[in-house]
Formats: sequence, structure tokens, C-alpha cells
Amino acid sequence: MTRVAIVVFPGSNCEHDAALAMREFGVDSTLVFHTATDLDGADAVILPGGFAHGDYLRPGALARFSPVMGAVARVADAGGPVLGICNGFQVLTEAGLLPGALQKNRGLTFLSEPTTVVVASTRSVLTRAAVPGQELVIPINHFSGAYTCDDATYRELVANDQIVLRYRENPNGSRDDVAGIANVAGNVVGLMPHPERALSTLLGSADGRVLLEGFVESLARV
Amino acid sequence: MIVDVSLRPGIADPEGATIERALPALGFTGVRAVRAGKTFRLVIDAPDEATALERARALAERLLSNPVIEDATVRAGES
Repeated sequence: MTRVAIVVFPGSNCEHDAALAMREFGVDSTLVFHTATDLDGADAVILPGGFAHGDYLRPGALARFSPVMGAVARVADAGGPVLGICNGFQVLTEAGLLPGALQKNRGLTFLSEPTTVVVASTRSVLTRAAVPGQELVIPINHFSGAYTCDDATYRELVANDQIVLRYRENPNGSRDDVAGIANVAGNVVGLMPHPERALSTLLGSADGRVLLEGFVESLARV
Repeated sequence: MIVDVSLRPGIADPEGATIERALPALGFTGVRAVRAGKTFRLVIDAPDEATALERARALAERLLSNPVIEDATVRAGES
């Protein structure tokens, strides 16, 4: 069985939630500190939420230079599943593994609330088990979550079916309501909402399960 | 070296927009537009100014700015 490396930067704070989520689906995971240059035998990666390197300069700007990012890029290039949640999404864009950038929210407020996202594409390792048009209630928890990119990049995203999740009601001013995108191959995905915090109705929503189930299914194919 | 980082034209600037909206309420009128940005002041060891500029420019493009949304300009100046 594939092991998932969960990268821990100084300031990450969702790594244990991610590990718990993997355990929930019977998947073995290992926490890998950002100074590592290999992923401890894992061939899939989760970049968890938090404030890597304090989010100084820009979210993800310093994390991108962490030694571990070379190993993350190798997994991405080899077609292995790479999932960036919230701060992890910001790190993936800064590292150039996903196009575009995440800006401060419209209104300059930190948002911490449940949102409804709509599945826009199922050709990614995160959304493969979902149904197009399916609505999912998943919490967001961010200050810089407004996805932005130039017009040429946006046209490519649409043409290649790379927009995987959209907000039903845009909370942060992101371009075209984008909540999550994938790379062209669909194996690298970033999203601002936290599916690992939506695994149980007791905690408000279990809608994150279908996304992480898809991610876990894709591990079997590595 | 002084590095100015500003959002590229056309990129939404929520900080600048918020300041712009607040100005009339504070009694500052006649300000047509506000764009917010960042300034970095670097002290660089280099044999001459051209080399220092070149190093500052590389650093500004690789780290201090995100070329997807920001422009960086570099000039020599007092730190």
C-alpha cells in the first residue's frame, strides 16, 4: 500500500488532521519535516494547512525554498498524487507546481466558515469519486484565498478542465469562483477549503469524505 | 538597494481599495486612486553598484515578488 508523506513546515498546523484523515481511510502516512530531501519512501504527498514559515513575505513564498520541495516536485513530475490544502495550495502555486496565485481575500477579512463548493471537474485525484455538479459543504479558514491568474492562464485552465471546485457563493473574491484547481495531468491538486475537517456529521459535515476517498483511490494506481 | 513590489495592473488590490474607500471619511479628498505595495531596503556587499543592482534584481524576481501577480523595480538608494 502506498504511503502518504505529509509535509510539516514550521508553522503548519493541520498535519495531524491530515494524518487522522488518512488513517480514517486505512492509509498509512508519515510526517516529513521540511528540511528532509526525500519523502521517507512515500509516493504521494499532502501539503497541509497552516502558516508555513509564518507566511512572511507571502503565503508559501519561503516554503517554496524548503529542501523538501525538490522531492515534492519529483512526485508531481512522476504523476504521483499531490494534494495541497489551504496553505498547501498557496505553497504549490508559489512553487510553480500549479498555475496562478492566491491573493488576500476581498474585504481583507480572515474567513472561517462552512462554504458550499460545487464539483466542476472529476478528472483530478481529488474529485475522481465525486459527481460533476455535486454540492459539498466544506469549511474554509484563510486570509489569502482569492485565486487569481492572468487571462491566458485562465483560458488554459478552462480549456484543460483544470478547475475542479467552485464556490457556490464566492466568499473571497477568487476569479470565476475558483475554490480548487488541478495541473493538466490531474495528479496535483490545490484547494482552499479543508476536506479533512469535513469527515463527520458530528463535526458539521461529512462531505469531505468523497474528495479524500477519491484521493485514496488514486493512491492504489500509483 | 531599494526594491519596490507592486501588484501588476489589472490585478485586484483589496488593500489599496480599502484605503481608497476610507479616505473621504477621514477628510482626505481628491485622491483618485490608491494602490498598495511593499518596499524592501537591502544592504548588499558587492564590488560596484552595477553588480549590486544585478543581485538585488535577481533576488527581487525570485523571492521578493511573485511574478504571477506582482512587478518589482530595483534602484540604488540609501538604506
